Amino acid sequence: MNICEKILAASSGTKCVEPGDIIEAKVDVAMINEITGPLAIQTFKKIGLDKVWDNKRIVLVLDHQVPADSVRSAELHKIMRVFAKEQNIPFLCDVGDGGICHQVMVEKGHVMPGYLIVGADSHTCTYGALGAFATGIGSTEMAAVFATGKIWLKVPSTIKINVTGRFGDFVTPKDLILDVIGKIGADGAIYKAIEFTGPAIREMSISGRLTLCNMAVEMGAKTGIIEPDEKAVQYVKERTDGIFRIFRSDPDAKYERTLDFNVDDLEPMVACPHSVDNVKPVKSVENVEINQAFLGSCTNGRLEDLELAARIMRGRRVKKGVRMIVTPASSEVYFHALLNGTLEIFIKSGAIVCNPTCGACFGGHMGLLASGEVCVSSSNRNFIGRMGSPEAEIYLASPATVAASAVTGKITDPRRLLEVGA
Amino acid sequence: MIVSGKAVLFGDNINTDIIIPSKYLTSLDPNELAKHAMESIDPSFPNRAKEGVIIVAGRNFGCGSSREQAPLALKYAGVNCIIAESFARIFFRNAINIGLPILEAAGTSGEIDEGDVLKIILEEGKIIDETKGRVFSASRLPGFILEIIRDGGLIEHLVKALRSDRS
Repeated sequence: MNICEKILAASSGTKCVEPGDIIEAKVDVAMINEITGPLAIQTFKKIGLDKVWDNKRIVLVLDHQVPADSVRSAELHKIMRVFAKEQNIPFLCDVGDGGICHQVMVEKGHVMPGYLIVGADSHTCTYGALGAFATGIGSTEMAAVFATGKIWLKVPSTIKINVTGRFGDFVTPKDLILDVIGKIGADGAIYKAIEFTGPAIREMSISGRLTLCNMAVEMGAKTGIIEPDEKAVQYVKERTDGIFRIFRSDPDAKYERTLDFNVDDLEPMVACPHSVDNVKPVKSVENVEINQAFLGSCTNGRLEDLELAARIMRGRRVKKGVRMIVTPASSEVYFHALLNGTLEIFIKSGAIVCNPTCGACFGGHMGLLASGEVCVSSSNRNFIGRMGSPEAEIYLASPATVAASAVTGKITDPRRLLEVGA
Repeated sequence: MIVSGKAVLFGDNINTDIIIPSKYLTSLDPNELAKHAMESIDPSFPNRAKEGVIIVAGRNFGCGSSREQAPLALKYAGVNCIIAESFARIFFRNAINIGLPILEAAGTSGEIDEGDVLKIILEEGKIIDETKGRVFSASRLPGFILEIIRDGGLIEHLVKALRSDRS
């Protein structure tokens, strides 16, 4: 069996599963945010049970529109807080105590290798970076999980993506995942799992692995996953003393297919409007002028992402007529970026630093686009209307490309900008 | 279970931001959501859907976010069933869980025309185009999923199961 099959077998109490089997699995952790959560809470109440199945296995995060940008948002936040209190749920990440749900989940030690995690958010697949099987579900399904602690799942077939080579300077895991999505397509992995493996993955930081697994859903995948190694185990142990099991794929594990990628010659990539799989090299769209550069989201709002962008921004100014919005993914990221001077570089260059939130990526608040505007964004979706007006255009790129483009005012290959003083 | 309605056609990769834009997600009222269904690509949709329609779409319908508000908005706008070449998995589950019939049917999107009157026999995965006098077959849903849809959704199904456990 491969790692996904092993986790699903263990969580359903069977020795062996195969792709296509329908199993009833025990959920280790369930997560909701304030966009999907209130509907799940409302629905849970219709079932008529007094208590959730396990109050210590539920995490509530306020992230999409924090601090509340309207009375309606404030009411949704209130529903979450009241539910946490009623159910005596200790893990409520409120304003100032968290950030984007997927970052908070890994940072605060809620994600462990071998866990089965469901979240009422499509990017729940992010947690595969630490060797968990994690997938997004809807609100009604979450209400049923709150009631029973169980969920039915179809065991997916798995696509193996083997990555070799070394990333060039200013070429990042984001460029790799955009390249992968361009090749597999927006529907190329529907109902399947994607396992990333190979020497380039073992070399990669946890931050980069989170970016890869985060975007598995953009190919329709049920999850993205990476076998936990020492790096992953260390990351988890620094955050929790919980007990977990390491699952690894057997040497003779079965895969639907294996795709090989080499990053030696990979160049900065961009997903052009209005589809995540409309992927081209950055240098082929360098004449596109931008109005906004967004650095943030659960895909690329981590410390490593901010530091990379700051390497380009240091000693430079955001082009006149362009606004650069930096939204750290969590309070922890914000704090470290503040301490090490990264945020200072952004502010000196004329960027604005917002509080941790999904913000502009979700098109909720803090940086919406007007009609006819163009945004280069480190986030994950460039759908029509995603970040504001349906007549705006979104280009998805790495933090380095976002920073370079903010400086020049046009979509720019970051390798063109040598570091000032370097 | 038989559902019927006129066909409304959509293309490939209709994502959840198109089905219901994020700016409306602060509402928990499905009737309010329904007023904005598909508005960024087809502002007339909520009006046309009122009489009870069946969406016939291409590949990867419902891709993107996990927002259950997407199938909810369609259901309350008047969509009786969705047929597509393929679906994004979270959307597919969400539709079933709120009791909205949904069928994967390869080879229908180019064959059925806008406004065709369709009758669907869910248990048999049979799509009858009454306007054209043609029959298409869809992937059949497993029995336990049909049961959830017949009960009106996952919660109704669960409540029924809890009641029968107690009695």
